[in-house]
Amino acid sequence: MTASTTPAGTRSASPKSPKNKATVEVLPQQFDTNGLPILGAPVGKTSRYQGLNGAQILIKMLKEHGVDTAFGYPGGAILPTFDQLYDAKINFHLVRHEQGAGHMADGYARATGKPGIVIVTSGPGATNVVTPLATAYMDSIPMIVFSGQVRTFMIGNDAFQEADVTGITRPVTKRNYLAKSVKDLPRIINEAFIVATTGRPGPVLIDLPVDVTTGVVSEIIDDTPYLPGYKVRPAGHSKMTKAAAEMINEAKRPLLYVGGGAILSDAWREVRELAEKGNIPCTTTLLGLGAFDELSPLSVHMLGMHGSAYANYAVQECDCLIAVGARFDDRVTGNLKGFAPRAKIIHVDVDPSSISKNVKVDIPVVGDARLCVAEMVQHIQHRPRQEWLDQIGQWRKQLPFRYDASGPLAKPQAIIDAINTITKGEAVFTTGVGQHQMWAAQFIRWRKPRSMITSGGLGTMGFGLPAAIGAQAGRPGELVIDIDGDASYIMTAMELATAAQYKLPVKVAILNNNFMGMVRQWQQLFYRERFSYSQMVNPDFAAMAESFGIKGIRCTRKEDVFKCVEQMINHPGPVVVDFLCEEKENVYPMVPSGKCLHEMELGIVGSDHPAARAGNSNIVTPDSLA
Amino acid sequence: MRHVISALVMNEPGVLSHVAGMFAARGYNIDSLVVGRTEDPRFSRMTIVVPADERILEQVRKQLAKIVSVVRVRDYKELPFVARDLMLIKVNTPPGKRSEVIELAQIFRGHVVDVGPTTIMIQLAGEEEKLDAFVDLMRPYGIKELGRTGVIAMPRGSTSVTLPSVEEENHAPAAPVKNRDSLSRGGVTKLTDKREPSQEELESLPPG
Repeated sequence: MTASTTPAGTRSASPKSPKNKATVEVLPQQFDTNGLPILGAPVGKTSRYQGLNGAQILIKMLKEHGVDTAFGYPGGAILPTFDQLYDAKINFHLVRHEQGAGHMADGYARATGKPGIVIVTSGPGATNVVTPLATAYMDSIPMIVFSGQVRTFMIGNDAFQEADVTGITRPVTKRNYLAKSVKDLPRIINEAFIVATTGRPGPVLIDLPVDVTTGVVSEIIDDTPYLPGYKVRPAGHSKMTKAAAEMINEAKRPLLYVGGGAILSDAWREVRELAEKGNIPCTTTLLGLGAFDELSPLSVHMLGMHGSAYANYAVQECDCLIAVGARFDDRVTGNLKGFAPRAKIIHVDVDPSSISKNVKVDIPVVGDARLCVAEMVQHIQHRPRQEWLDQIGQWRKQLPFRYDASGPLAKPQAIIDAINTITKGEAVFTTGVGQHQMWAAQFIRWRKPRSMITSGGLGTMGFGLPAAIGAQAGRPGELVIDIDGDASYIMTAMELATAAQYKLPVKVAILNNNFMGMVRQWQQLFYRERFSYSQMVNPDFAAMAESFGIKGIRCTRKEDVFKCVEQMINHPGPVVVDFLCEEKENVYPMVPSGKCLHEMELGIVGSDHPAARAGNSNIVTPDSLA
Repeated sequence: MRHVISALVMNEPGVLSHVAGMFAARGYNIDSLVVGRTEDPRFSRMTIVVPADERILEQVRKQLAKIVSVVRVRDYKELPFVARDLMLIKVNTPPGKRSEVIELAQIFRGHVVDVGPTTIMIQLAGEEEKLDAFVDLMRPYGIKELGRTGVIAMPRGSTSVTLPSVEEENHAPAAPVKNRDSLSRGGVTKLTDKREPSQEELESLPPG
């Protein structure tokens, strides 16, 4: 996708980059004098839709808004639209389940910064997108779903493949529309793009009755978006950004807590500048991984329930917590009563309802993270803070992420460590949900934004493979690796057919322990090892992949792990590697529910773990953390 | 503590469902919710009475403002306002008791809107406490049916909960946050207002 095909000012991914070297450049949105984002074409009363039917208008406007990729599945109610897609020169990907289409659009949006586009049919087609909509809604991902609907006069009549999609998806979309007439369609599409991509982004659904897509516009219509009371891009109040910067300058033990919002608003450069200019250590949430370079000495890696011990201790001991684009989720805070007891809290967020929702905030800065942090940087001064940095360094040395490498089977942590060593973090990673997701967060050293694509808020198993396909579609030529668990993978594994059909060279690494790992861990620790329905009988994943025409590799021996990872990465097409793993591994550290961050179960990470004390040479601290 | 919140919302199907759904999803209780048309056909006005403490009320306000089809939210905490509820009540009037009931209705400034051989229907508008008191008085006679609309409210004086002014809507980056009290100048806010925004104000910039 080159700059010349991008309408002025809309977000676009960088031109095709050499493998492993990309950082996605997202251009900031441009705004006109009315404060609205500049859309693909000028808006107003116009005759340019005259003679076009709804489907033609949809395709025309998608192209004008810079859409070149979409995912979906045809059906009766959406046939007129698909007829226009036939020769539309949009890279449309036919999936095998609409849930896959939704997750692919989500992965695409997270990987490129452009809104993910889904086109599905009415009834079951639309209801199958509810899970991906909820996933995108929880993580604030820009996505627009166009779903077919029965004819306008049949709505409410229990027609074939009819469902009250606008009713069903209202709680999981930022806004949804039912286009009642083709005259409203251009305005609705313009509004959808604005709502999905500005402010706190989110998914939008547009229900398209089939007679609206076949209806023809015969007059002059107005396609100006009408969003009264909607603020597209608030900038922080300068009094607050200045006060925040002053508080940071006076703090002896500040800590930056960076979330997904910093990546969504492309604030990661400003955040790095803030940390370096002010000499402030930085921790990220699961969705913020990559916003800050984890190889920097200021990085304390991920915090929270399965975050690093040093990050959690830093949060509990800091005197000034600077939250940027994060929402103090319960996985991050642990018990709220004991969260960050010594800290004054600065919260930079574009959504005022996130501020002071869980945690009392001392200095709220409501506005776009990029704009606010840029302003704060101007007033930040460098401070030595040697004691604080030394203290953090000490904790880091005593309590790094570790695992016990002994035993006949490969350890999942070792596999991820191998992947990290070989890729050096220069890849786009997607994950499912569970133990493998946590280990991926812990053992990969994250360096670039938009490289960690995972379902954080909703925790949707089955997200990994379709998200990888969507990410690959958005970043062709780059290495995309799905680190998956056997339970998560098999939920949406049919999308292998999509990867094969469009020759998208995703690499899937399945950490196969024949269990749903995280559930098993909780059952082991809190339910007296009563493994209730958490063990699975899995197929031969490598053979399964081969049946789709995708290379399958089965790694059964510990010694073969490195070799298999290399094979996986070097294979030119899509490949699935089934790594047989030790089943009784647990993710540590772990903050048990109801406990505060400093009351972690350190397990193997703790320096007083019996295995560590015995000088067990099988305890491995990855080189990236030493 | 019961709070009255007034919201100006877009007049389109689904908005009521969205607001009610949001309240349900977040677990906020609704004492009453009234929505109806306004002088502008594009907008409806919603008046919601919420029993909640300060902290919850703040979240209610913010979550309401977050909904894209909700244009403007105002809660009447510190503002003098007029609140009214309308009731239709059908009371048993056995022979001989009818004049007593009518007398009580007159004392409350209610109107008799229907008369039958054994019942009488009274329309009464006023503050909630007044309506509650009247219902208690009618109980001994026997209430056949009772319906209340719920509270609508409006601030006293020239303040109004209306569409944001043109300057506000064209939100220029880094413009100062509108001071809520400036609404008392007849509903049109001015960019020239230099008053310092309160902590709450700063936390409540209408969301994107």
